[in-house]
Amino acid sequence: MSQHEIALSVNGRAYRGTVPARLTLADFLREHLRLTGTHTGCEHGVCGACSILFDGKPMRSCLIFAVQADGATITTVEGLAPDPAALSVLQDCFWEMHALQCGFCTPGMLIAAQALLDRNRAPSDEEIREAIGGNLCRCTGYKQIIDAIKLAASRLQGANAPAGSITGANNG
Amino acid sequence: MAEQAFRYIAKKRRPKEDRRFIAGAGRFVADLALPGMLHVALVASPYPFARIRGIDSEKALALPGVVAVLTGAELAAGVDPIMSGVDAPKIRRWPLAHQFARYPGEWVAAVVAESRAVAEDAAELVEVDYEPLTPVTDPETAMRPDAPAVHPDHGSNVLFRKKWVWGAVEEDFAAADQTLSFRARWHRSSTVPIETFGVVAQWNPAQQLLDVWASIQMPKFADQLAKALRLSGNAVRVHFDVDVGGSYGVKRGLKHSILAGFLAKKLGVPVRLMEDRLENMRGGDAQGPDRIFDMQVAFSREGIIRSLKIRALDDCGAHAGRAPLQLGKPIGAICGPYRVNSVEYEAISVTTNKTPQEAVRGFGQGPTNFALENAVDRVAAALGIDRLAVRRANLIRAEEFPYTIPSGSTYDSGDFQTVLEKALAAADYPALVAKRDAARRAGKLAGIGIACCLEPSGGNSAFEPLFNPKNETTTWMEAASIKIDGAGAVVVSINTSSSGQGHESLAATVVGEVLEREPETIRVVRADSLSALPSNSPVGSRMAIMLGGAAAGAAKKLKEAITAIAAHKLGLAAAEVEYRDGAVIARADPAKKVAWEAIAEIAHRKFHELPPGIEPGLQASHVLEVPTGGTLPSADGRVQMYPCYAFEAHIVYAEIDRITGQVALGPYIVGHDCGVMINPDIVHGMTYGGIAHGIGAALYERFRYDESGQFLSGTFMDYLIPSAHEVPDVAIVDHCTPSPLTAFGQKGSGEAGYLGAPAAISCAVNDALAPLELKIAELPMTPGLLGDLIASADKSTTRR
Repeated sequence: MSQHEIALSVNGRAYRGTVPARLTLADFLREHLRLTGTHTGCEHGVCGACSILFDGKPMRSCLIFAVQADGATITTVEGLAPDPAALSVLQDCFWEMHALQCGFCTPGMLIAAQALLDRNRAPSDEEIREAIGGNLCRCTGYKQIIDAIKLAASRLQGANAPAGSITGANNG
Repeated sequence: MAEQAFRYIAKKRRPKEDRRFIAGAGRFVADLALPGMLHVALVASPYPFARIRGIDSEKALALPGVVAVLTGAELAAGVDPIMSGVDAPKIRRWPLAHQFARYPGEWVAAVVAESRAVAEDAAELVEVDYEPLTPVTDPETAMRPDAPAVHPDHGSNVLFRKKWVWGAVEEDFAAADQTLSFRARWHRSSTVPIETFGVVAQWNPAQQLLDVWASIQMPKFADQLAKALRLSGNAVRVHFDVDVGGSYGVKRGLKHSILAGFLAKKLGVPVRLMEDRLENMRGGDAQGPDRIFDMQVAFSREGIIRSLKIRALDDCGAHAGRAPLQLGKPIGAICGPYRVNSVEYEAISVTTNKTPQEAVRGFGQGPTNFALENAVDRVAAALGIDRLAVRRANLIRAEEFPYTIPSGSTYDSGDFQTVLEKALAAADYPALVAKRDAARRAGKLAGIGIACCLEPSGGNSAFEPLFNPKNETTTWMEAASIKIDGAGAVVVSINTSSSGQGHESLAATVVGEVLEREPETIRVVRADSLSALPSNSPVGSRMAIMLGGAAAGAAKKLKEAITAIAAHKLGLAAAEVEYRDGAVIARADPAKKVAWEAIAEIAHRKFHELPPGIEPGLQASHVLEVPTGGTLPSADGRVQMYPCYAFEAHIVYAEIDRITGQVALGPYIVGHDCGVMINPDIVHGMTYGGIAHGIGAALYERFRYDESGQFLSGTFMDYLIPSAHEVPDVAIVDHCTPSPLTAFGQKGSGEAGYLGAPAAISCAVNDALAPLELKIAELPMTPGLLGDLIASADKSTTRR
C-alpha cells in the first residue's frame, strides 16, 4: 500500500500526515486526528453522517480519500463553534428545538445546514428540505431539524445575532 | 395530578444530553480507541443454505497484520449457544455458523487483524468449502411437511404454533349479520439505525474481568453475555455510558458481543467488532417482522364489530431470536381501541433461510395495527358506511375505563373519541374531503387514511411465560438511585444505556420535580453492569413509566429523610414542618427554616444532629415493579401484557402518481394521548420520528430476497429510508388522559407514530385506489408495486 504525505487545514489548524492511499478522509479525521464527531453510517455515500465542509462545500468524507484532501480547508462539527466551550447559533438552535435524539446523524445535519445558511440566510422550507435531503435521520422525522434551521436563519437575520459566530473555525 | 401543578414536568425544557451531541462530543462505541486494540472482519456465507465441509485459513493467516482466524467449530466448543425466547432446544445458534450456514450472509468465520482494512483483506482469503443445500424462503412453503428443514434436528420449520380463543368466537360469528375475510401482508423491514452495531471487549486477566462497551439496548444483556461465555455474571462489566446511535429495538448485538468477548479473552488484547452497513443489514440479525395475517371479522349491519379471528404467520428467519415473542405482545391490544366481544388468535412462527429477526419498535404491534385498521375500513366498505362512523361506533368510550379486552389485558385509561375528534377538527376534515374530491375530479388518485391505534406501554415480559411456560418471569423491574453530597449537589444514577430517548433529561426532571430543585443542576450518570441496580433497559415504551417511576420513588424517600432531619433540627414533629423548594420550614412559623445545604451537611458530617433511624449520607434507591405486573398467565392464556395504553388517531391525505406509483403524503395530522408528557419536545420528537419510520415501512422499506434465496437489500440504495423529501410536515394534536397507574400520570411513547402510520397510510392508499376498484393490503406499497397495480387497472379499463 503506497503512503502519501498530505498537508491540510482542519478547523483552522494545520495538519501534516502520512496516509495510505486507500484511507478515507472520514477515517483520517476520526482515527488519525481523533476528531470523532464525524460519524460513518453507511460508508457508501448515502446517509450523510460523515458530511464535512471541504473548502466550504458540504461533502461526504467517506467518499473522499485522505490524499484527495491534500491542501484542502476542512471544517468538521468540532469546528462549528467559535470555541469548544461555546455553541454556534445553529448548534444552539438545534438544542432549543431538540433537533436530534440519538445524536448520530447530528454532525452531518449541522454541516448540511451550515452550508445552506452560509449561502442562503433566508431559506424556504423547501430549500431546507433540499439542503438536508441527502442526510438520513432515523429518530426525528426531520420536523424539529427543519424548525431549528428556520430558527437559526431568523436569529442570524436578527439584530441580536452575534455577528460571525455562525461560521466555524474555518473563518476564524 | 393536574398538569399545571407541575413545576418542571410537562414544560418545554432543553434536553440535557443534546448539548454533547450538537458539539460532536457524543461517545459512541466506534469512538473508543483502546491501546493495542485489534479489529474484526467477518467471512459471510454466499449461500442461503449450505453445509460447511471445511475452512482453510492458511492464506489469510499469512497476510501481514493478521492475528487470528476463528471458525464456528472452534467458537461452538468454547461458548454456550445463545438463549432462545421459546422452548425449542434443538434450534441452537452460535455467533458463527456451526456445521450449517442457514441464511445468505451468515457469519462463518471471524478474522482479527491490526486494522479493519487488513482484516477485510484477509477475510477474502479465507477459503470455505460449502455444500449448497436447497433453501426454503417462503413461510407457507416452510410449513409443509416436505419442506427442507432449516434445523433438521428440530424436525420441522414450525418453531411456535398456538391458537387462543378468548370468548364465544364461533357463536359470535354464527350470530353476526355479516362476516368478511382478507389477507394482509407485512413484509420484512426493520428499524435500521444510522449507527450500525458495534462492540469493544477487553479481558483483564489480573482481575479475571471482561470489560464490554457496546451500542446496546437489551434487557439482561450482561447476564446473557456472561452465560454464553461461561463466565460468572460478576466477571463481565458492561459499560452503560456508551452513547447508542439509534436502536428502536434492534440493538441487541448479543452474538457480536459473545464473539468479541471470546476473541478478547482468547487473544488477551482489546478487540473491536463494528458492523459495516452490509453486515448490519445482512448478517447483523436485526431484520423485523415478516408477517401474513389472515383476518376474519364478524359484524352487524350497523357496523358494530362483534368478533375477530386473526391468524398471524411470521417468517422468523433462520433462528428464533425475538421473533416468536413479537407475535405475543400484540395480544395485549389484540382488538385495538375497539369494543370487541371475542377474539381468536393463532400465532405461527416458522424458520426459513433468511436473516433472523430482532425486536423492532412496537414488538409486533405495528403490523397488527395495520391489519386491524384495514379490517375496519373493509367493514365500512362492505356496508357502505362512512369509515369514521364505524370507528366512532366501535371505539371504547371514556366512561368504560378501566376496560378489559377478551385476551385479559385491562386498558388503564383513555378518551379515544375526544382524541379522534380533536384530530379531525385540526385537520379540518370536511375541507380535506373536499380537497380529495376535487383532486379526483381533476383525474388524480387521491385518498384519506384514518387510523385509530393503541400504543401499549410500560414494557413488561408477560409474553415470555405466555409463549414458554418454562419461563416464569413476572417482573421487568427498573431502578434508580440518588445521592446528595455534603454540599447539596445531586447525582442520579441510571442503569442502562440510551439510544436517543432522553433518559438523562427524564431522570433529572422527575427528581427535580419531587425534590423541587432545578433539573439543570442535577447530574445524571450511568452505572456499569456491576455497579448497576436491576434494570431491563428501554424496551416496550417503558422508561417514562419505569425509570420515571423509580427515580420519583427514590426522590420521595430522600424527601422524607430530608424532612425528618430538618424537623429534628427544629425540634418539631414531621407533621409540624413543610418541605418547600428544597428547604424545610416550620408550618407555625415560616421564619424557622432549615436550608437544603444545611440538611446535606447534617447528613454527611453531623451524626449527632441526625434523628434516630436515619442513616448518615443522603442517598436512596428505588426498584419499581411494572405496574399491573407480577402474575403468570391464566390457563386459557389471558394475561395483563403492558400496564398503560397511549392512543393515537392519524389522519393523512395521500395522492398517488398514476405513472410512477409514488405516494405524496400530507397534510398529516396525528392526535396523540400518552398521558402527562414529562418533556413535550422529547415526546413530540419520538412521535414525528415514529411517523417517518412508519412511512418507510408503509411505502419504501423492504428486505428483499430473490427466488433462490439471495439477499438483495444490503445497501441504502436498495433499502430506502425516508429522507426529508418523503416525510411531510406532521402536525401533532396533544391530549392528556393521565394514567392512574403511574407516578405523574405519564404513559410510554417511544413507539408513538410508528404504531399507527403504516395503518393510516395503507388506508389512504386504498381510499385513493377505490375509484379504480382496487384494494391492496400489502406493505410496503412501493412505487413499483402501486405503479404496476394502477397500470393493470388502467389497461383493463381501457379494454372495457
